[in-house]
Amino acid sequence: MAGNGATPLVELKDISIAFGGIKAVDHASVDLYPGEVVGLLGHNGAGKSTLIKVLSGAYKRDGGVIRINGEEVTINNPRDAKHYGIETIYQTLALADNVDAASNLYLGREILTSWGTLDDSAMEAQARQVMGRLNPNFRRFKDPVKSLSGGQRQSVAIARAIHFNARILIMDEPTAALGPQETAQVGELIKQLKAEGIGIFLISHDIHDVFDLADRVAVMKNGQVVGIGKVENMTKDEVLGMIILGKCPPGATPGPGAMAS
Amino acid sequence: MTSSAAPSTAGSSPDEPLLRRLMRATEIDTRMLGMIGALLLIWVGFHVYTILSTGEGLFITPRNLSNLLVQTSSVAVMATGMVLIIVMRHIDLSVGSILGFVSTIIGVTQVYFLPKYLGLDSPFIWIITMIMGLAIGAAIGAFQGSLVAYLGIPAFIVTLGGQLFWRGAAWWVTTGATIAPLDARFSLMGGGPYGSIGATASWALGLLACVGVILSLYMSRRRRAKFNFPQRPMWAEITLAAIGCLVALGVTWVVNAYPWPERVAARYAEEHNIPVPEGGLFISTGYAIPVLIALVVGAAMTFLATRTRFGRYVYAIGGNPEAAELAGINTRRITVYVFALMGALAAISACISSARLNSATNVLGQFDELYVIAAAVIGGTSLAGGVGTIYGALIGALVIQSLQSGMVLLGFDSAFQQMVVGVVLVGAVGIDTFYRRRTAKG
Repeated sequence: MAGNGATPLVELKDISIAFGGIKAVDHASVDLYPGEVVGLLGHNGAGKSTLIKVLSGAYKRDGGVIRINGEEVTINNPRDAKHYGIETIYQTLALADNVDAASNLYLGREILTSWGTLDDSAMEAQARQVMGRLNPNFRRFKDPVKSLSGGQRQSVAIARAIHFNARILIMDEPTAALGPQETAQVGELIKQLKAEGIGIFLISHDIHDVFDLADRVAVMKNGQVVGIGKVENMTKDEVLGMIILGKCPPGATPGPGAMAS
Repeated sequence: MTSSAAPSTAGSSPDEPLLRRLMRATEIDTRMLGMIGALLLIWVGFHVYTILSTGEGLFITPRNLSNLLVQTSSVAVMATGMVLIIVMRHIDLSVGSILGFVSTIIGVTQVYFLPKYLGLDSPFIWIITMIMGLAIGAAIGAFQGSLVAYLGIPAFIVTLGGQLFWRGAAWWVTTGATIAPLDARFSLMGGGPYGSIGATASWALGLLACVGVILSLYMSRRRRAKFNFPQRPMWAEITLAAIGCLVALGVTWVVNAYPWPERVAARYAEEHNIPVPEGGLFISTGYAIPVLIALVVGAAMTFLATRTRFGRYVYAIGGNPEAAELAGINTRRITVYVFALMGALAAISACISSARLNSATNVLGQFDELYVIAAAVIGGTSLAGGVGTIYGALIGALVIQSLQSGMVLLGFDSAFQQMVVGVVLVGAVGIDTFYRRRTAKG
């Protein structure tokens, strides 16, 4: 799967971004292959969300290269990212709270009638279909998403990301607002998407989640990559050591952030 | 302000109160009913007051209501744009000054420039100046909008500066003089006997509105049927259609019951050799052109806000600007468009206001921005962004104008007039906030 020699789906190389004088991401390199889940781990403020927002177009990088299928691409805003099939589920969900589920699902990509007006009925029908697959108990299609529960809002955000034939999916803390049953559902979904050949970046600070779902993990600390390695070559304790101390175990490839040993 | 704060109970039971069942089945907004209730209360209140003080009811008469509609139209047109501005979490304090500036430019062009080249009575003068006014208004709005969107200067500051700048510019253009008289055709936009469409055309429009109501209900029902969505019960649809038609025909009846002033009618009769019957000639005024302009603008803006991509983006940006940006919406461009639209609407109001006075002055539209914002807010637009309706703003404009006209009718001191409008604005928003908090809990 993560076979050497094959072209990675995504390659982030030497990405740097600074806010004011603070280097939020400092020469970080990560790659992702089709049908693979790469877990991004690290403390709050380690730079994982920032790195991923560079890929999703929310931030503009100061330096570094993004390659998709081996070709260098320019991603300056979220529209560019979507154009390359990169979809993101943000930690904040990024829903417009005052409009309903269907409008959120199609925000920026509305279905239009032949008159050029919004086709709300068609969008609602599609939304009912997608939501039926993700969350069969979802009934409140007419209410603004503000009035939905955390889990329901999350399923709207997930539906939005997977409905448009994503090739690369970024999930930033996708289970943060979910109960145990819904978390298990998201796990199932990730496996299913993986089987369809979609590459997934899974950002989490729950190490157990990541161990269950990811093929490889990359650990960040202070904006730098400590190391990247296959899950089966590492123990949870070793990964914890990477997160807390920045110590790269033998089973992983060390990055610029690894503690000198 | 609201008739009943119905708790949201699921399922219908036979012993549910009739009114509540009607409200749920027709999906009528309780807030809107509250607003219409308040409006009727104001009307009845003034009417009773005039009966008590003069022995004759003066407020709910075809004459007063027709005038009320004409007086409301300028603020109503701008309020529809202000809704979108406020929904996007901005504000526009410059609309009154843009109105003043555009009207002076239109006035100067009509009185001093165009007659030199086209002749005094050219039929092109009104259309050229109107298009020019619209372009200038839109350009001013777009410019202010770009300062907000691309330089990140708060809209409050940009438009406060705009308020001072354009008011000063209007003064500079006119050098303080009143510019009059305006083009005769242009003045029709201000209403009056000649600037109204008369009985036959008004009835035709009223009937057309009925057809429109029924057709739109039918279309929406058919669309929902196509996707097997739940439908309103048939009796609810019929009730809605009946209410819509009744309102359209009722308003038409009122404006048609208002005759031309006796002297104008007499002069008209003389010119056209019509024999004047005993008791004077009755010529229906019908819908005034400014009222029609406001209605068309209201319909167009409702369409824009609810049925187009642009409108959807405006509301989404108001609900969560960051999410809209992440969804790939070009929020800056939309901001510029919304301000440009507001500027163009202020220019339409400039035409209405100056045509009504048949003159342009540098103080035209002064303090209008406050009434426009008040109309939008009384109409349910939330200053927190993301919430607001066009029809609400139209009713809000009518509420404010009713208060003002009523107080003028009663001969209130103008000091008190302003004080009352201020109290009503704060009171209306206060009641609304209280009501929303309560329904949010329930």
